[in-house]
Amino acid sequence: MEEKTILELKNISKSFPGVQALNNVSIKFENGKVHAIVGENGAGKSTLIKILSGVYQKDNGVILINGKEIDIQNPRKATELGISTIYQELNLLPNLSIAENIFVGREKRNGVFYDKKTTEIEARKLLLEVGMTIDVGTLVKNLSIAQRQLLEVAKALSIDSQIIIMDEPTSSLAADEIEILLKIVKELRHKGKAIIYISHKLDEIYEVSDKITVLRDGESIGTVETNNCSEENLIQMMVGRPLVDLYPKLEVDIGDEILRVDNVTSGNLVKNVSFTLRKGEILGVAGLVGSGRSELMSAVFGIDPIDHGSVIIDGIELKSNYPKDSIDKGIGFVPEDRKMQGLILKMSIRENITISCLEDISSRGFISSKAENAISHDFSDKLQIKSTGIEQKVENLSGGNQQKVVIAKWLATRPKILILDEPTRGIDVGAKKEIYTLIGELVKIGVGIILVSSELPEVLGMSDRIMVMHEGLVKGFLSRNEATQEKIMSLILK
Amino acid sequence: MKTQSQSKDKHINFLKKLRESATIRIALILLVLCVFLAIAEGKAFLTNENLLSVFRQFSFIGIMAIGECLVIITGGIDLSVGSIFAFSGVIGSLAMTSWGLGFILGLIVGLVAGAGFGLINGLLITKLKLPPFIATLGTMSIARGLSYAVTKGYPVSDMPDAFKFIGQGHILGIPAPIILLIIVTIIIGIFLHLTITGRRIFAIGGNEEASRVSGISVKKEKILVYTLCGLLAGLAGLATAARLNVAQSTAGAGSEMDAIAAVIIGGASLSGGVGNVAGPILGAAIMGVLRNGLVLMSVSAYWQQTVIGIVIIVAVTIDKMRYEKL
Repeated sequence: MEEKTILELKNISKSFPGVQALNNVSIKFENGKVHAIVGENGAGKSTLIKILSGVYQKDNGVILINGKEIDIQNPRKATELGISTIYQELNLLPNLSIAENIFVGREKRNGVFYDKKTTEIEARKLLLEVGMTIDVGTLVKNLSIAQRQLLEVAKALSIDSQIIIMDEPTSSLAADEIEILLKIVKELRHKGKAIIYISHKLDEIYEVSDKITVLRDGESIGTVETNNCSEENLIQMMVGRPLVDLYPKLEVDIGDEILRVDNVTSGNLVKNVSFTLRKGEILGVAGLVGSGRSELMSAVFGIDPIDHGSVIIDGIELKSNYPKDSIDKGIGFVPEDRKMQGLILKMSIRENITISCLEDISSRGFISSKAENAISHDFSDKLQIKSTGIEQKVENLSGGNQQKVVIAKWLATRPKILILDEPTRGIDVGAKKEIYTLIGELVKIGVGIILVSSELPEVLGMSDRIMVMHEGLVKGFLSRNEATQEKIMSLILK
Repeated sequence: MKTQSQSKDKHINFLKKLRESATIRIALILLVLCVFLAIAEGKAFLTNENLLSVFRQFSFIGIMAIGECLVIITGGIDLSVGSIFAFSGVIGSLAMTSWGLGFILGLIVGLVAGAGFGLINGLLITKLKLPPFIATLGTMSIARGLSYAVTKGYPVSDMPDAFKFIGQGHILGIPAPIILLIIVTIIIGIFLHLTITGRRIFAIGGNEEASRVSGISVKKEKILVYTLCGLLAGLAGLATAARLNVAQSTAGAGSEMDAIAAVIIGGASLSGGVGNVAGPILGAAIMGVLRNGLVLMSVSAYWQQTVIGIVIIVAVTIDKMRYEKL
């Protein structure tokens, strides 16, 4: 296939009040290539995608498709120009079927009537192209996240887009599902599509991409051929400095037992789970998506009811199952889904940080604004939350900074035990390292940490002990010295 | 270094608030409306008497709207306030007159009835997990029905003088209902904006699930809010009965819509998490001044209703457009 530049960006700039989100960015995208875009949170990746998909308008610069200057005024126009975007947050209608979702807005008609038959035939063809064999009448709400991602791809194919933008397409997928998705990306490349692939996962980028463009602080740092650029080089380009030792594991004296989970069963996904946690210990929890890890943590923290079994903190059994009691006993919980469970997006950084420790900064029910400001500034500085000030609304922060606010909220409660469920999901390398460093500081002062993560290098790098779960059961424990990726996988499959 | 950054924060906050604050924009709308009426109908509008009478008229709806505002901030809605208004009025008045309980006890009976209905709303919504719209639609009908049942449809009149003072009296030349509204505003304002519970009410409306995970007893706070809303609706109903010297089972029919409109014009969001205590009062004031202006300009009563409807839509649309631009 002949390779040519299909989409070209020339000197694109975009600013928001107080921020230069993109500054003179020029990139060429070729058909039949997967072109990755990497960069830390706030580097300008999202802004770039939103300009290409018509959500934002550029301030300056030129966009060319096949050498012709074009103007992407709105998302509809982007679709007409052959640009499809698959967002991190999926845009599907849960109560409609697969077939209806694919053709929503472009319904097949038979006169004035909806043509169900043609719709389903066409949909079936598209599903085959993305390797799905499920019935096209299935409602989208019954699909897994991975199936929904694939459906979004099918939708992009149905409008015969030449340019497909994928924004963190694998962030919520399990290992086997990622494999399927990457295979499809490669097939799309083979069909001559230009694919713009945004991801924080460098291993994926190395597996699938041909070229990589690095953005930092709104500027294009450079475009490299994937084969000619080592991972260290790439990280250095992203953060602007060499990053030594991503997992700063400190030697810490491990103390007495502070948490005992005894034979806990909750719902269908947590079956007879027992484990303990000691002061200053980092217990990693590994397993595939759907292994019951997050459900276990929700039960221990009191979000989901415990059907039987007990949770004992410092020798005292947690009686009622409410988050409030767990917090009072000294547990903090950074949930997997920060927007749903972690943050109140309309509120400020200050209000989010203090929401769980209001009693500590109040007298007779009245909040002391002095104490509140002090504690918010304190944690905002300590965690280096990048913002215009503690009054900035959390919804306007980048993902990494939002996560820092969630962590700050729990640190403000001075927990004895901190449960971190996927604490670095969707966060760039620099912020990840900051969070790892923080975990190291916490164990030094005796906090017990439970670290749930889908990223095995993270679990291996940080944990003193690793608990492996599969289908709601604990399959075994590995010590730091004996644990490897292979051993974890073999425990899962045992 | 730190104090510097803090004072800078404060400075930015003030400017930002000025730009972003719906309350200030609404206050400006009210001001423009008043200036317009002062120019157009200066003599009639600007008299002390007229202004105080307008203020007194909307203070009843204002008290009710403050309660409704608390509910709307949690992301809920209370349709029963108009019926609670009537029920508290008639039951309190009956207690004072027919049952011979006297002024103080009668007042308490009326307020407890209002708070009781609010409590029932709260329990239906949190314990039975009914959507607020459905639960309060039910109690709206129940409270109205009970008002008819206990009075058999007859108005209750001949209130004790002490009670009438609440609606008809003056303190330092200011009508008592206005004083009552000011007291309620101050108390609820302090509660909503300075206390832990107030903060939690905003948090629940902003994100109920995250609030629960953050250790807030969502059910407890919601029950409190609906109870307060019922209490304030009851207070407004009693004050109205005192003003008119008659309590009727038909009182306040449809006034729940006025209360909700006042809250929305006042800048709160029906999706919850946004609002303040000044909003519903400004909203009620805009509707009150508008009604007064239309009367002064001799617009027929039928058209007044239409104009107010248009104003609600226009005011909220303008505000929404502004918000989306930001």
